[in-house]
Amino acid sequence: MKIKVAFQSALESLITNPLRSFLTMLGIMIGVASVMAMMAISEGAAQQVDAQISALGANNLTIRPGADRRGGRSSGAASATPFTDKIVERLKQESFAVAVSATNRGSVTVVSGQQNWQTSLYGVNTDYFITQAWQTTEGRLFDEGEEKSGRAYAVIGQTIADTLFEGTNPIGQRIRVNNVPLEVIGILEKKGQSNFGGDRDDIILIPISTARNRILGADPTTGKHVSTMEVSVTDNYDMALVQSQIEDILRDLRRISPGDADDFRVFNIADFIRARSSTQATFGILLAFTAAVSLIVGGVGVMNIMLVSVTERTREIGLRMALGARKADILGQFLIEAIALCFLGGLIGSVLGIGAAKLAANLGDFPVNVSMSIALIALGASVAVGLFFGYFPARRAAKLNPIEALRHD
Amino acid sequence: MPDLAHKKKPIIQCRNVTKTYVVGDHEVHALRGVDIDFYAGEMTAIMGPSGSGKSTLMNLIGALDTPTSGSLLINGEELSALSSDQLADIRNETIGFVFQQFNLLGRASALTNVKLPLRYSRKHITDIHDRAEECLKMVGLGERMDHKPMQLSGGQQQRVAIARALACSPAVILADEPTGALDTKTSIEIMELLVNLGKQGITVILVTHEQDVADYAHRQLRFRDGQLVSDERRSS
Repeated sequence: MKIKVAFQSALESLITNPLRSFLTMLGIMIGVASVMAMMAISEGAAQQVDAQISALGANNLTIRPGADRRGGRSSGAASATPFTDKIVERLKQESFAVAVSATNRGSVTVVSGQQNWQTSLYGVNTDYFITQAWQTTEGRLFDEGEEKSGRAYAVIGQTIADTLFEGTNPIGQRIRVNNVPLEVIGILEKKGQSNFGGDRDDIILIPISTARNRILGADPTTGKHVSTMEVSVTDNYDMALVQSQIEDILRDLRRISPGDADDFRVFNIADFIRARSSTQATFGILLAFTAAVSLIVGGVGVMNIMLVSVTERTREIGLRMALGARKADILGQFLIEAIALCFLGGLIGSVLGIGAAKLAANLGDFPVNVSMSIALIALGASVAVGLFFGYFPARRAAKLNPIEALRHD
Repeated sequence: MPDLAHKKKPIIQCRNVTKTYVVGDHEVHALRGVDIDFYAGEMTAIMGPSGSGKSTLMNLIGALDTPTSGSLLINGEELSALSSDQLADIRNETIGFVFQQFNLLGRASALTNVKLPLRYSRKHITDIHDRAEECLKMVGLGERMDHKPMQLSGGQQQRVAIARALACSPAVILADEPTGALDTKTSIEIMELLVNLGKQGITVILVTHEQDVADYAHRQLRFRDGQLVSDERRSS
């Protein structure tokens, strides 16, 4: 086969029939575009999940009161007894604990001047800043002494700062939370959207004692109550082992008889996110598979139009044979036509797919990740599709009898 | 043309050539033992009613097909012994085809059409472009090389086809009803062009059923029922 001639003939034929060429590659274009878009979106989602896990701290265990209701079991459900400062201090003594946060959360209305805003207020101890990796962009966090003595300090999230203060510096200003005046001493650095859809910057942090004494109220049965604890575990500890140790300590402290169900839950939020992301990954694979099917359908489309084209151009093929083209020359020409169409379709499809993914990202506010390797794989796949589905029509063209082909009309 | 032309070594030699097609379950004998020699530079017209075997003979001479039996030598090469690739090379190097319907690539320029056989050539033709231009000038189309067939008249299209046939410097030009689609005036121009090629030593073989076209040839062969029935040379 004369490769150069095959290329020349193939490209001339494609250029002189732009509409036919476009229609032939349409299927491949759509197939590759959907593969690219799906892959970009699912890769983006996977990356986001990784980022969230690292933001949350993969080594954190969350402890909440209340029974585990999984499996329809609800024994011990009545006792949603909160934890206490004592339990927090006890856990801090364990060698696996880097930090043990205590949190009481409430929904409050915050007022500053004429502005008011509905938000979440967290009464926290200082370990909360460690477990949640909070830092300030302006001002400072409160320290342990201030927390214990119940100072009327507040550290506010970026959303609150933007909403209530609109450009003026909030540090040192007063806000009123459920009519209790608090002094803003710091602004938290921006964290953005949470994995569960909430705004993580729509938050006010105050000392937990202040929250109990003045805003959220104390639990009459337990005094210094704590509704949620979070334990940051030292690196290299087995999380499952730590979890069962914490369970033992809590059962002991809360005097749960052997055989009775726990009245609290210890869980790893990173595990939830991982479980969710594996569902997402499965979904992504499914989408990519669907897209791959459309690529194959596109290939069948190429084959169909190439077959029609071979029939339509029978006379041309006969002529080329009469002028001295060998069978391999004809085979090569049609094969290259098919491959070139698929390659070009793949190229345009890649661009369209990436564009579609970016557009979707802008409209839907979720991340996309366009990787070069996927684009190359998609292009490779379209060339393979062209080779595979182009061979049959090309062979049919090459096998034509020149006399009959010349007589064809 | 000198009378002695036929005494030279023939360029095409047919010895007891038969061609049988199987159509369904019965055989069609398209050629029943044909012996003819064609000589260099001798313009020959093949005539006969349809079904007489003249088209079959043209296909064999054009190396588009091989005989069922007998011997067919083109330029000293036995056709029935050749592979399909070798037949393609013979068509490329030795034969130039001219068709009734011109058979040009409709969307390609005259120049590209003439380049076609040059591209398929196994000989290393250094400048395809120059050779194609040269051929178009030979047929008087030097000014219209970039025109597409649609922009050319029927006679001009047939000239492009002749230029294409000439591109690889063939020994033989096979013209199948070359004036069949043309008016009388244009037909005369095309026939004069073919006669001129004959004078340059190219063996022009044409199939026609028009006597005034056949009269341009030095030699007229008539076929009926797959056999040669008359072989007349024009006395000059």
